[in-house]
Order: sequence, then structure tokens, then C-alpha cells
Amino acid sequence: MQILGTKQLRDRKVSEKIVRIIIKLLSDINRKIKIMHVCGTHEHTISKYGIRSILPKELEIISGPGCPVCVCPAADIDKAIEIGKRENTIITTFGDMLRVPATNLSLAELRAQGADVRIVYGPNDAVKIAKENPDKEVIFFAIGFETTVPLIGYEIKINPPLNFSVICAHKLIPAALELLIGIDQLNIDGFISPGHVASIIGTTPFQLFSDAYHVPNVVAGFEPNDVLMALAMLLKQIKNKEHKTENEYTRVVKSEGNKIAQKIIADVFDSVSSPWRGIGRILDGGLAIKDSYSKYDADKKFDIKIEKSIDIQPGCSCHLVMTGKIYPYECKLFKKICTPVNPVGPCMVSAEGTCAIYYKYG
Amino acid sequence: MCLAIPGKILEVNGDKANVDFNGVKRDVIIALVKDAKVGKYVLVHAGYAIELINEEEAQETLKLWKNIVEEEGLDESLFF
Ligand code: SF4
Repeated sequence: MQILGTKQLRDRKVSEKIVRIIIKLLSDINRKIKIMHVCGTHEHTISKYGIRSILPKELEIISGPGCPVCVCPAADIDKAIEIGKRENTIITTFGDMLRVPATNLSLAELRAQGADVRIVYGPNDAVKIAKENPDKEVIFFAIGFETTVPLIGYEIKINPPLNFSVICAHKLIPAALELLIGIDQLNIDGFISPGHVASIIGTTPFQLFSDAYHVPNVVAGFEPNDVLMALAMLLKQIKNKEHKTENEYTRVVKSEGNKIAQKIIADVFDSVSSPWRGIGRILDGGLAIKDSYSKYDADKKFDIKIEKSIDIQPGCSCHLVMTGKIYPYECKLFKKICTPVNPVGPCMVSAEGTCAIYYKYG
Repeated sequence: MCLAIPGKILEVNGDKANVDFNGVKRDVIIALVKDAKVGKYVLVHAGYAIELINEEEAQETLKLWKNIVEEEGLDESLFF
């Protein structure tokens, strides 16, 4: 791995220098600056390496709704649970999804009641389970942003067995940015955009966003020096009164993105207006499986209607945490009643949930 | 969730490749990327390569950061 220089990517000497550049830029700008990132992996880097603690307090970094597990509506989990209660079904999903509280139960609790709920590493494992269990219905509960969508699209395209189907709870990032920028009083000066989403969709959708809303944006990688560099690039734009999308993560992200993955997404899914847990319905904020692949759409196959669901349990402030309005420690249940062992809201469950990250590193 | 880790391709077998992640070897699906050849680095998410890593760009980034460290002054315009 030497060629990739993981060690250099984390070099503290580099961090210190970039921080000095950040301090200088901030003093030139001479006001408080608020930067939002929208990716659980970025929050992980920021918290793990204590990036907030080495930055001047005039620079605030807030965490947006960057955790697909957290923004997955309770109604979708309820749907998976209703299907999982039926005979001869196997529910498969990513590990993070299992313990997320939905309206009444989590998938982990359903499993404790005897249902067949399995964690898979990727959608190909779910297809494999379907092949091994031809007499059962195998449902993959698909969550994730643009990074994850092509994986599921690929499996759907290569003719999986007909006892395989997908609950499609995928969400799209650019539409969420538009919603966030419109939130009153949030006053975001710039965005750090998720490098792995951009590796698929390219930088153009982000460029359109920064053009339309006149907000600086930097697509960034996930090493601590990537994040610091992105902050410096944003401050430089702010100082020069620019608002463009820059690419800090050039070793992975191309402006045009990954065309193969984009074609798979376009072939299999349609963008739809979609509810985000704690945030509300976002126009073009999610995906649905196209009619031409409806035989793999669990929604069509099982026809389950969830009449009433509860996204935010009483006392939980996930909706405020996910829109950067409060920090987790401002929620009165944080660490007292709500812990990773006994999570009240989705943000405390996933390794990428803001509350769980603050619990671990805060 | 969008976590993706870099690894080096050791062997290609149709739509799959054997990839070395710092000593741990795993099979990954490479159907989503073009030109996944032996010796190249890929970024892998949930068992699928989602993009190749551009080694020249990686070196450029490291070079830029090295310059930042070695540059005594703090004229940030030098670096962007
Ligand atoms: S600490 Fe728990 S209850 Fe409070 S916002 Fe976070 S997940 Fe919700």
C-alpha cells in the first residue's frame, strides 16, 4: 500500500500546516463560519482525529443527514418487519440496519421472535441466499446513497432468481443539499461533499448546486488531511467571494463520475419524491425500481401498506441532529437514556449516526 | 455506509478480482469499473469495486501536501 501513502495522508506535520493556513484565512475573513458535511464517514474522520479540537472556534463544522440508516423512514423498516413475519421469508440487510428502532420493533427484535433475518456484506450475498433457498422468498432491504445504489442495480440486472426481491429505500444526496440550504437560520457558508457519492455521480451535480445557490462546495476524501484541506479550500473561496465546486479527492473522483455505475442506476431506478426520516419528503430525494424490473420490487410483490408509523420517538431529537440544528449532547436523552446499547433514535444505532459517533469519541 | 477501502488487484477472473487489502485478501466484483487490471488499486464498497484509484493523482496530492510542509511562509495562494 506504500504507493498510496496512507501514512503521509495522515501526516501530522501536514495537518498542522493546513491548520495554520486555516487560521490565517479565518482571520482574513473575520467572521464566524459554518461548514456542513453530509457524510457519516466524514463525521467519523472529524471525531476520531479530534479535528474540531484543533480548529479555531470561529470555524464550526456541523453534521448533516449523512447516514442512510438514519434517514430511512420507520415505515420502510415496518414494511420489512411485516414481510419478515410471514412464513418462508428471509430478510437480508446491512448490519447497521438491524437495531434501528422503527414504529414498534427493530429487525433485531423481529429476529429474536424467531423470524429469519440475516446480515449480509453486500447484495450479492443476498442473491446467493436466494439461490440456496429456492422455496423461500429472500428480500434485500436496500438502503444507501448513490455509492451503494449501483451494487443493487447490478444484481437486479444480471437476472437473480425470482424468489429474490428488494425493498428500495435508497436516497439521493444532491436533492438533500438543496433542502438543507433552504432551512432558515442554518446559514451554511459552505459544504464538504461526500467523495464516495461523487465517485459515482461525478462533480457536475454538485457544481450545478453551488451555481444555483451560490454556495461554496468541496468534494473531499476521508483522511484527516483531506478534510482539513477541504476546509482550507472552502475558506479560500469564502474569502474570495467565490462559490464553486472544487474536487479535493482527485485520486478517486472524476468530474464525469463512474459512467458504468450511472448507466446501471438509470436502467434500473427512477428518481422519486421520497421521505427522509426526521427531515420530511424530498423531491427527487430517493429512488424506486422501474416497472420493467417490478418482479424484483418487494413493494409490488408483497403489497403491504403501513398505515401509521413513528419516525421520531418521544424525547428523541434526531430530526434536529440530522439537520445540524443541535449537537447530540444537547439532546436530553443523550448518554442518559439513549445509548448504543439502548438506542432511542436511529442516530444512536449506526456506526455513522452522529449521536453514536459523539457517544464513542465525545 | 459509504465507507470504501482501497486495495490492490492481484488476480482478475471475469467479473471478479482477488484484491489485497493491506495483507487481507478478498474476492470483489469489478463489473462496475472499467480497466480493472492486475496491479491497479481499486476502491471497494460492500464487496464491489466502485472506482479505480488514480495513482498519479494520489502522488500529486501527496506532493502538494509535502510542499505545504516544506514551505516556510504561509502564503496560502501558493497551494491552491
Ligand atoms: S441521543 Fe438518542 S434520543 Fe437523542 S437525538 Fe440522538 S438518537 Fe435521538
